[in-house]
Amino acid sequence: MSKNEMNWANIDTDPRFQALHAKKTRFLWGLMIVSMVYYFLLPIGTAYFQDIFKIKIWGPFNVGLLFALSQFIVAWAIAYIYARRANTEFDAMAQEIINDAHNIK
Amino acid sequence: MNVKNILLSLPLLSASSLACAADGAVADEWKWLTFLVFGGIIALTMYITFWASKKVHSTSEFYAAGRSISGMQNGWAIAGDYLSAASFLGIAGLISLYGYDGFMYSVGFLVAYITVLLVIAEPCRNIGKYTLGDILAFRNDPKKTKVIAAISTITVSIFYLTAQMVGGGVLIKTLIGIDYEVSVIGVGILMLAYVVFGGMVATTWVQIVKAVLLVIASIVLVALVWAPYGFSLPGFLDGVVHDAGIQKQVAKLIGNAAANMTPEELGQRFLEPGLFLKNPIDQISLGMALVLGTAGLPHILMRFFTVPNAKEARKSVVWAMGIIGGFYVLTLFLGLGAALHVGPANIVALDKGGNMAAPILAQYLGGGANSMMGNFFLAFVAAVAFATIVAVVAGLVLASASAMAHDIYVGVIRGNHASADEQVKAARISSVIVGVVAIVIGIMAKGQNVAHLVGMAFAVAASGNLPAVFLTLYWKKCNTGGIVLGMLVGSFSAIALVMISPNMTYPKAVIKTAHEVLEGTPAKDAVPAKTSEGFVCELFAVCQNAEPAKTATEAKSGAIEKLAKLNAGMVTMTDPGVLETAKKDAGKLEKDIKKAQDDLKKFEGQTTSLVGLEKPLLRLKNPGILSIPLGFLCVILGSLLYRDKRAEEMWDELYVRQNTGIHAEGATAH
Repeated sequence: MSKNEMNWANIDTDPRFQALHAKKTRFLWGLMIVSMVYYFLLPIGTAYFQDIFKIKIWGPFNVGLLFALSQFIVAWAIAYIYARRANTEFDAMAQEIINDAHNIK
Repeated sequence: MNVKNILLSLPLLSASSLACAADGAVADEWKWLTFLVFGGIIALTMYITFWASKKVHSTSEFYAAGRSISGMQNGWAIAGDYLSAASFLGIAGLISLYGYDGFMYSVGFLVAYITVLLVIAEPCRNIGKYTLGDILAFRNDPKKTKVIAAISTITVSIFYLTAQMVGGGVLIKTLIGIDYEVSVIGVGILMLAYVVFGGMVATTWVQIVKAVLLVIASIVLVALVWAPYGFSLPGFLDGVVHDAGIQKQVAKLIGNAAANMTPEELGQRFLEPGLFLKNPIDQISLGMALVLGTAGLPHILMRFFTVPNAKEARKSVVWAMGIIGGFYVLTLFLGLGAALHVGPANIVALDKGGNMAAPILAQYLGGGANSMMGNFFLAFVAAVAFATIVAVVAGLVLASASAMAHDIYVGVIRGNHASADEQVKAARISSVIVGVVAIVIGIMAKGQNVAHLVGMAFAVAASGNLPAVFLTLYWKKCNTGGIVLGMLVGSFSAIALVMISPNMTYPKAVIKTAHEVLEGTPAKDAVPAKTSEGFVCELFAVCQNAEPAKTATEAKSGAIEKLAKLNAGMVTMTDPGVLETAKKDAGKLEKDIKKAQDDLKKFEGQTTSLVGLEKPLLRLKNPGILSIPLGFLCVILGSLLYRDKRAEEMWDELYVRQNTGIHAEGATAH
């Protein structure tokens, strides 16, 4: 099997690949934007919303600490959501294209 | 005891306390234990190298461990590679000195992996082979992009590596008193043994072992710190808030503002932002460099070529995020625990940057400086720190060597026509060259200010590498012109901005501080707040930036005067406890005086920094907010101005392959 056998342009325009591309792009950009916005709220918050960060909610435990710890939870949640979606959906869609790639001429 | 005796014993005592500091945190009688633990860990890694050396024959085995590392194993190895001494000792230290702000670093280091997971890991695994150069050369001119990628890889790795070598040398010296040069050479030789004989197989397993040891050590320490509070979070934090040492530290940090605060308010302030990071633009800039830089670090990219396929690459990032995130949550307890039990003042006395917080906390938790367990704990944490440096440096050397041998020698000089044997030989020779260079640089950089180097590595990776990798993967019109222009301008602007930033050493400022330490500061009048003359003024010191009002301060006496007073006062002290404290304070003052005098001698007659500036031109410590957009802009401009048929023709293939993994480099059959 030579690598030149593939017709990349036609695979690219194949509706199955286009569907994978569209789904993946939307999903990845969505997650990326959510995670970046959430992360940059931390330096912005510590700089401009210190009064909110100082509110004590559980003994000395304050909103600032809660927000910083929530960053970990959100990062893990995004990793989990992405991995789940990729494992169940994207991989299967890609596999279908791979199996059929030689026939797309 | 008569006065004469006390006076006579003073210089001796302070001399011995200084000698003790120079000999390391471990007392002589416990050195054997330290060497035993170190020896054990080194022996273990040597065994791994011996075992790995029998498995490394081909280039794929040398650079990528035969692509046979599982996702979970690679996740641990990524954690081992990423949690460098700077990040685990450094962050625990920052938290122990500045509370909340130190913890903010942890968050950025973890969030960085979201970028790696979502946009970098899988596509790179699908289209790449061994190096950053392979990814960029896929659709762009292979020779041009390989040369520039190799230069960038070696630059970033050398920055990172120098910081590790110097930090490691200092750390080992502070902990167990081994000479700086000896520990740099020791780290260098060990790391070379792993890389040259065991290639990526040994490097990976050394990183895994180190990550496991680090996590175990941290869990044990956190359990010991937290247990007395019944594992209650508010209970533990209450302890922090009511600790006198921490309250004192906060008072010191906020100066006059502390005057009308209750002790409890001062303690609570430790859990609030703003004690360390004061410039919001700088914080955002740092965040950008962390979040985008990690995905552009060549030694991290390289790890994704060690797994069999994109699915395992994904799995490895998820594992890495779990381990790295979990570890950074623990640093909060390590840092606050160190502040609570050891005290910020004692931590600073050992190391100004707080790097000794975690090791000294370990010693305390084990039972203190004179107990067997205390010294065992200290030895264990020190050995893990040592293993960390060796493992991280090994990964960096491997990344540089692969750029040199695979990109430059095989790809450019030999035009991809080297035999398999020749390639492995080239890889081993390059590793030795990079390793020896690393040792030489490490020794030459002794006593230099290297704090800016890790930041510089992240900034170059974020401004030069990431825009190039990202746009070549996702933008159809990206081509060789953009890659070359973007990587050059992005990297150089990041380096140039750091060179004019406050991170560099400015002799005039050092001399002024030294004089203030020795002779004290005169009283200052209150200064009203200043308004900013524009956004540019917040970035560059060419016009007035916004400054808050300053209250008037009283004159402070210098260390020389304080010491004289203390020595005079000691004569009349009778309580042995009070006398002991006074002697300790005197020792600290003597140390301060010596350091100030050394600084004055060192910078005598100098007025400008390395690049000829009297004071920083850039107000930011982190250049990312300027250099990252510039890097992206130059890749885009370069691509639009340059015509490259190959880059256009290869787009379909690249895009299909990075999304599906068709024709991805497979695992070597065993």
